[in-house]
Amino acid sequence: MKKLGFLVNPVAGMGGRVGLKGSDGAEILRKARELGAVPQSSRRAVQALQVLSGIKDRIEVTTYPGEMGEDGARECGLLPDVIGAITKGATTAEDTVRAARQMADHGVDLILFAGGDGTARDIYKAIGQRIPALGIPAGVKIHSGVYAVTPRHAGDVAVRFLEGKLKAQDAEVMDIDEDAFRRGTVTAKLLGYLRTPEDRRFVQRVKSGSVRPALPGIAADVVGDMKPGWLYLVGPGTTTRAILDELGLKNTLLGVDVVLDRCLVASDVNESDLARLVADRPAIVVLSVIGGQGYLLGRGNQQLSPAVIRKVGKEQIVVVASKEKLVSLAGRPLLVDTGDEELDRMLSGYVKVTTGFREYCMYRVG
Amino acid sequence: MGRDQATLLRKFHQARWDEPIILELSVPGERGILVRKVEKGVRDEVEDGIASIPESLRRSVPPKLPEVNQVRVLRHFMHLSQETMGTDVTIDISQGTCTMKYSPKVQEHIATRHPGMAEIHPLQPDISLQGLLEIIYKLDCFLQAISGLDRFTFQPGGGAQGVYTGASIVRAYHAARGDVNRTEVITTMFSHPCDSAAPATAGYKIITLMPDDLGYPDMNALKAALSERTAAIFITNPEDTGIYNPRIAEYVKAAHDAGALCYYDQANANGMLGITRAKEAGFDLCHFNLHKTFSVPHQCMGGSVGAVGCRDELKKFLPVPRVGFDGKRYYLDYEANGSIGKVRSFFGNPQSLVKAYAWILHHGADGLREAAECAVLNNNYLEKKLKEVPGVSVRYSADKRKLEQIRYSWEKLYEDTGVGTEDVMRRMADYGLQHYWMSHHPWIVPQPFTLEPCESYSKDDLDEYVAVLRQISKEAYESPELVKNAPHNQVVHKVPEPSIDQPERIAVTWRQYLKKAAK
Amino acid sequence: MTQEKPVFPYIPNSAPEVKKRMLKEVGANDIMDLYAEIPQQLRFPGQLDLPEPILDEYSLKRHLAGLLEKNKNCADYLNFLGAGCAEHFVPAVCDEINGRGEFLTAYVGESYADHGKWQALFEYCSLMGELLDMDVLSCPLYDGAQAAATSVRMAARINGRREIIIPRTMSPESRLVLRNYCQPELSLSEVGFDPKTGQLDLDELRKKVSARTAAVFIENPSYLGFLEGGAEEIGKLAKHHGAEFIVHTDPTCLGVIAPPVHYGANIACGDFQPLGMHMQAGGGQAGFIATVDDMKYVAEFKDLMFGITDTVQEGEYGFGEVLFDRTSYGSREKGKEYTGTTTGLWAITAAVYLSLMGPKGMEQTGRTILQMSQYAAKRLARIRGVQAAFDSPFFKEFVLNFDKTDKTVAQINEALLEKKIFGGKDLSKDFPELGQSSLYCVTETKTQEDIDTLVSVLEKVI
Repeated sequence: MKKLGFLVNPVAGMGGRVGLKGSDGAEILRKARELGAVPQSSRRAVQALQVLSGIKDRIEVTTYPGEMGEDGARECGLLPDVIGAITKGATTAEDTVRAARQMADHGVDLILFAGGDGTARDIYKAIGQRIPALGIPAGVKIHSGVYAVTPRHAGDVAVRFLEGKLKAQDAEVMDIDEDAFRRGTVTAKLLGYLRTPEDRRFVQRVKSGSVRPALPGIAADVVGDMKPGWLYLVGPGTTTRAILDELGLKNTLLGVDVVLDRCLVASDVNESDLARLVADRPAIVVLSVIGGQGYLLGRGNQQLSPAVIRKVGKEQIVVVASKEKLVSLAGRPLLVDTGDEELDRMLSGYVKVTTGFREYCMYRVG
Repeated sequence: MGRDQATLLRKFHQARWDEPIILELSVPGERGILVRKVEKGVRDEVEDGIASIPESLRRSVPPKLPEVNQVRVLRHFMHLSQETMGTDVTIDISQGTCTMKYSPKVQEHIATRHPGMAEIHPLQPDISLQGLLEIIYKLDCFLQAISGLDRFTFQPGGGAQGVYTGASIVRAYHAARGDVNRTEVITTMFSHPCDSAAPATAGYKIITLMPDDLGYPDMNALKAALSERTAAIFITNPEDTGIYNPRIAEYVKAAHDAGALCYYDQANANGMLGITRAKEAGFDLCHFNLHKTFSVPHQCMGGSVGAVGCRDELKKFLPVPRVGFDGKRYYLDYEANGSIGKVRSFFGNPQSLVKAYAWILHHGADGLREAAECAVLNNNYLEKKLKEVPGVSVRYSADKRKLEQIRYSWEKLYEDTGVGTEDVMRRMADYGLQHYWMSHHPWIVPQPFTLEPCESYSKDDLDEYVAVLRQISKEAYESPELVKNAPHNQVVHKVPEPSIDQPERIAVTWRQYLKKAAK
Repeated sequence: MTQEKPVFPYIPNSAPEVKKRMLKEVGANDIMDLYAEIPQQLRFPGQLDLPEPILDEYSLKRHLAGLLEKNKNCADYLNFLGAGCAEHFVPAVCDEINGRGEFLTAYVGESYADHGKWQALFEYCSLMGELLDMDVLSCPLYDGAQAAATSVRMAARINGRREIIIPRTMSPESRLVLRNYCQPELSLSEVGFDPKTGQLDLDELRKKVSARTAAVFIENPSYLGFLEGGAEEIGKLAKHHGAEFIVHTDPTCLGVIAPPVHYGANIACGDFQPLGMHMQAGGGQAGFIATVDDMKYVAEFKDLMFGITDTVQEGEYGFGEVLFDRTSYGSREKGKEYTGTTTGLWAITAAVYLSLMGPKGMEQTGRTILQMSQYAAKRLARIRGVQAAFDSPFFKEFVLNFDKTDKTVAQINEALLEKKIFGGKDLSKDFPELGQSSLYCVTETKTQEDIDTLVSVLEKVI
């Protein structure tokens, strides 16, 4: 019998409807409520959970009291196992963290949560890579890559995962500086990875041949092209990680690693180390597309500072991402926000993204 | 009896024979056919014939083929035939991008049964193949007129091999120019996957252009991708979405300015015959799928021909042999100066060429145009009717006229009911329709389905098709489980895991299946 | 008086009333409104330069028949041409089944509505598997040449090497296909033959095979008809150097000749046109590749593979697509190939053929071919000036040398043609080292009388 953890952040997405970005912090929440904002995430969470009621005889649902999940579960006709305690009407991020931790301790196979970037961050803080987690979108703009496209889709993916048809893969959790975000700047930082069920849609392929998983091909392509004597500054992300794996090198999950002639010369470097390294040698920067919003470079990448990028040069930036990842951006351009407006302008245009072995995609930046 | 007058729905049920695998029908001693024994005079001369074969090369244990009497063999395969929904028996608007048009029987019978086509050897002297060579030569002339290009080869055994042949020609062209830097080919996301896979097989790096907001390949992306490394662009137009890109000539010009060749994958040519051509858009190379646009039947994924055409300048790279005419006689030219050699044995699928030739000759210029116009009219009519079905939408350029096919979406149906395109796809067969084609990977349009009416279907056929989809949409809103668990009256029930990716589940032959089942 | 536009039988909505109604429904005044997206400058002005149409079916049929009558066919002429396309007996049930409209017009429908097609294709793989004594096949390929080319690239993907060893005696058609297909990554290295036997020169092979060899490729029976007596030795040499051993074979012989896996090949390929396809001037060609059941090989097939799988109903089986690329056996990225529509109907025909033949039929067909071809070779070699080129056991085809006559093969064949005989393929251009030689093909369709006729005509011609 599979166990599902169901967790709702009832205040997520409140800001969006009334023109506020995000809803972290009691002050923002109060403002939002004043403006007449109504909780959105609960409704969407129910939409997703409805899909699971189709397999209710084969799963056990564990949840938190009241608006953090119990209400939604009962609305779907499920009889949940309710754990923990909250103060109704005044739930906080700490409640989310506690709930996720307790569900993990309780032995759930998947945590299905509704919220935004803040919620994903809290879940990650709580469980890290212990058990898989999947997000039901309910916030404003979501940068983390751990969310399904729609609530119904989240339900579908959860069902197939619990039925053993899908595997969990690492997906990026982004830490967004909400204040800065409200002022219009993206200062997203890669916080870590949650294990999220990967939805690879099965499609008719009868005429056109099988579909290959992208990472080995991407890694083979980048490694195959590595120039002797050149530094390779490998940024964080799941796709860039595959490159280091291909070389058999240790990889820093969230930091920048430096490779020279297929050897690791520096791990998790800071900005001044990088500046020193690139002063003497030609270098290539390898970037993943991070998160659900197509994030390439932002103020959160402290190591890959504007100075380093300028020294390396626009032509020496290699972007890696699967075709599926690019398609999931639904036409939105890749984002650069280095803090240096002129540099941002220089970098915008089109970049050749490596999507497989000897396969590339021309994609818009900025 | 008869289709419901109001709903247009049939009480269809597919033939279901519960037919075992032929190897399960073996009865020791039964014979399916007897083989001619040699005459006494021959036996006297060479005895059993086996003596001369070295022991190590003799078959020691007979192959474990089944022993089945002829009557049973016939019945078995007749059952399997009845369990197959070919275009002859259904309104096959479903297989979008495949152009499932009527394959006329008159040309079929002649091309497959006349001994002048069935019983001829490809290496017979030219003088003994004048009829066939004339057909090939004239078909070449027909396609030159239709495309505006200068010369065709029919050697490639299908569209994908046509693209591969084009890529081989591109490679030879740049090699002849001494330009070794042309290592990249550009294509688009909505082109057929073979437009990237075939040039990649020929050694090229592939750059794909994403669609812009309107669904056209992004022009600025093309300009950014073109360079002195670009060997060629390989594109379809209209693409799978059915939208014709009006700026196509600009794309071709941009590619030419960069020194690249332009290849036109005309798998989707059906709506444009006589209306627009490869030449006027500036293309250097193109191919047609004779088993799509030109009525050659689809033969369970067989009998295909990728007719590849090129401008004069590229003629010398075409594969050998080529058919020539000296005013009196047709002849085969094996002279290979500059040719890429061969992509296929002999000259390809000649019987399919006879069918294409017949089809074009029957229609003539007016008929080709009529076919194109009716295909487009049918498609627009279908679009109008389908947009009225709850849950259907068209993602790109919804306000623009499409040509002969359209990619639709059940996005709304999915969000409303949880029933997705794969579910509808399975359910359709319960009403006597072939499963529709969804989309190539990756799915840019969510919950997609791609339909292509072409000119072979009547207004009534289109109405019936819409009626079935409307019915299934209704079922999705009212009783979604019915659709999700479809099919219900086919040969077999739903296959829950149609994609096999675990080695222990792979069973592509009966013997492999038995070995794994025993474990 | 305006000419009325014809209504086409294959275009239902060309009937004017219906067309008008539909135009109205889609909100267009004129059909050209629907082409609004095609700019004027791209529109083709006027009419395509095509001949006057033949609108009625009777006239079309006559026209086509008239053209095909101009061909001389092998029902009227005595045919000894082979060289990759062979005249074999086609059982009536084969024609019956591949003439069925459902099979003829099906394409890529899923495995419910098209369950019959998938089962028939599965049976093709299963029956070929038994014939070849191997567990794994994919859907068919274009022809034997493509099968050879893809087998070779599969081997290169498996071991990452770049050199392919091929025999000098290889089919020139296949060789040209292979040469184009191997570019730009793979190189071909040729090994010669023993002039007495035609068979692969093992000494030269020993010198050429190395750690750079991806595969050693041979034909057995050879394009030139002889059997490779040293096949097992060749396989051992390949294996010793870590190269794949690929054998291209003729399925017709496998009732009496050992299949490649029995003498060490893990990859077998070839052309199965002889299994129920009429010659059709080369239109009946169809390729196969088979391997042993090892994921190392299974993961390298480029074409569709369909396997038996469960449905939701107990005891039922359906078909599903094998996506081995998703397993961890998803292979080396280099050298991937494309896939597409190939020869599905011929695979179904071969399934019918093999079902009819059964083990005894295949054995007897093989035996009859051995006997007839040996009889022919013997009688022909007795003609003054004619010699058997090779002293080797052979199957179905053999090389005759005419150097000792005062005629070229071209002249001989021209004379034979006048007597309504298609003589063997002229090898003098492709194999100049064999002088004026010709490749004769004798199948189960030739009678003693046919051979005796050939002999007597040749005697007069020479």
